[in-house]
Amino acid sequence: MYTQGLDQAGKSGPDTREAETATQLDAFQARIDAEEKIEAKDWMPEAYRRTLIRQISQHAHSEIIGMQPEGNWLTRAPTMKRKAILLAKVQDEAGHGLYLYSAAETLGVSRDEMVGELLSGKAKYSSIFNYPTLTWADIGAIGWLVDGAAIMNQIPLCRCSYGPYSRAMVRVCKEESFHQRQGYELMLTLCRGTEEQKAMAQDALNRFWWPALMMFGPNDAASSHSAQSMAWKIKRFSNDELRQKFIDVTVPQAEFLGLSVPDEALWFNEDTGHYEHSDIDWQEFFDVISGNGPCNRQRLAKRRKAQDDGAWVREAARAYADKKAAAEAAA
Amino acid sequence: MSSDETLVAYASRLGDNALILGQRMIELVAASPELEEELANANFSLDYIGQARMYYTYAGEREGAGRDEDDFAFLRPEHDYKNLLLVEQSNGHFGDSTVRQFLFESWYVLLLEALTRCSDEGISVIAARAIKEVRYHLRHSSQWLVRLGDGTEESHARVQVSLDDLWRFTGEMFAPDDLDDEMRAAFNGPHLEVIETQWRENVAAVLAEATLDMPDDQWMAIGGKQGQHSEHMGFLLAEMQHLQRAYPGATW
Repeated sequence: MYTQGLDQAGKSGPDTREAETATQLDAFQARIDAEEKIEAKDWMPEAYRRTLIRQISQHAHSEIIGMQPEGNWLTRAPTMKRKAILLAKVQDEAGHGLYLYSAAETLGVSRDEMVGELLSGKAKYSSIFNYPTLTWADIGAIGWLVDGAAIMNQIPLCRCSYGPYSRAMVRVCKEESFHQRQGYELMLTLCRGTEEQKAMAQDALNRFWWPALMMFGPNDAASSHSAQSMAWKIKRFSNDELRQKFIDVTVPQAEFLGLSVPDEALWFNEDTGHYEHSDIDWQEFFDVISGNGPCNRQRLAKRRKAQDDGAWVREAARAYADKKAAAEAAA
Repeated sequence: MSSDETLVAYASRLGDNALILGQRMIELVAASPELEEELANANFSLDYIGQARMYYTYAGEREGAGRDEDDFAFLRPEHDYKNLLLVEQSNGHFGDSTVRQFLFESWYVLLLEALTRCSDEGISVIAARAIKEVRYHLRHSSQWLVRLGDGTEESHARVQVSLDDLWRFTGEMFAPDDLDDEMRAAFNGPHLEVIETQWRENVAAVLAEATLDMPDDQWMAIGGKQGQHSEHMGFLLAEMQHLQRAYPGATW
């Protein structure tokens, strides 16, 4: 899973570019233009570094928060096979979070700092995880739609100019593709099942369709950081381009399932070869990313509780490590 | 009891321990004290779910009545689950779940070792696969027990209480019933008295390193192996079986 298009909501921080010489900036851009990878120890503009920290940490937070809506059905998964698949997926997400926090750490920020910003509510994560998973079909819809949207976003990130991020994404993408296929297969099983199961699948599509489209972020005209991210090759395609690609791929998949996409104005434009769709309710998107979604408080409260409940455990681990180190030093 | 009946009952009992413990661990997803622990917990619970699948599938094959892993996992009444009381105990805090894992895994690893030598190939093959995972789990739970026991005053006090509270569920692990006797006689199954001696030695060594006191022998709670469970079990099953019960016969 993934977040993208939230960068317009972040803050760039103080502009320190004045301290950076035109020669440095030109040389950096020349490396980007030549498709060279920027590595952790290389010189980079402060704004590039900050943009990456913001984007990678948001992505990591999304993986960690994303464990909750799926974890909600782990104890109730209907078969042993489904339980094992979902558990493996949730484990992958924790792993992605760990990778991504590590990638961000190469830019000089600690995991503690990043987690602190998540828990304080300062950092953002993908809006999609603030929607509830109400039925088992939601697990299928998340795999199919949310991971599907994530893949659209992430494949280009495998070519991102920042080396550690791009390499992390190569591995993450492999696992995401697997998740997406599992989600679709789950939906297919429901759609070939009883009337109740099919209704469950349709209901999940109805609830997740629009939030999935919102995952790509605001329209290009409203996405303030996009142009710079494109120039730096952190981003390769615009929000609207990726969203369109997702819709074009996903609508036929819904038809194959025998489900209706909840957009009465949706039609295929033969001239352009693309689907045309209704306007997205951006007010809902901005409400959710600013804290007013169905589950924002619940998701953060659960993370904070885990953090608070674990304080004595982390303290014990530190104390034990200190004792061991002291004993070794004395020996 | 025919030899097939013995194997079906024994394999499904092993499956019950693995499934119920795995299910408890799954409840801890997104609640771990560190991200690394999230990974470890998900990974280990997945191991237990995987083991349960192997045991149940084998039990179903031996039985020959068409029951598959899901019939065993989701469609039996509470009394048919024969897991130890220890594994169904609720998670409590990190110290409680760590002690539960440690006490169980210290026993389970010895049981699996013995089962790799039993004369039924179906069980011995599963045991040989499972033991690789469980050795690692035990290392993990032992290390945490030592960190908590020998960490801060608070962690030491907390985990000592966890140990004292859960100790009463350990007696059941070593009390042979008819099925254990049958398994031992017919298939060279585990000798629980021998396992108990080894278990005590191993547990004592870790507790000493953790600066924790081994609780005195006390009244022991039993019943899980006969299907008499604690109050926790009904809720665990109601949640786990929910979809299979709500939509009978559906394919998922």
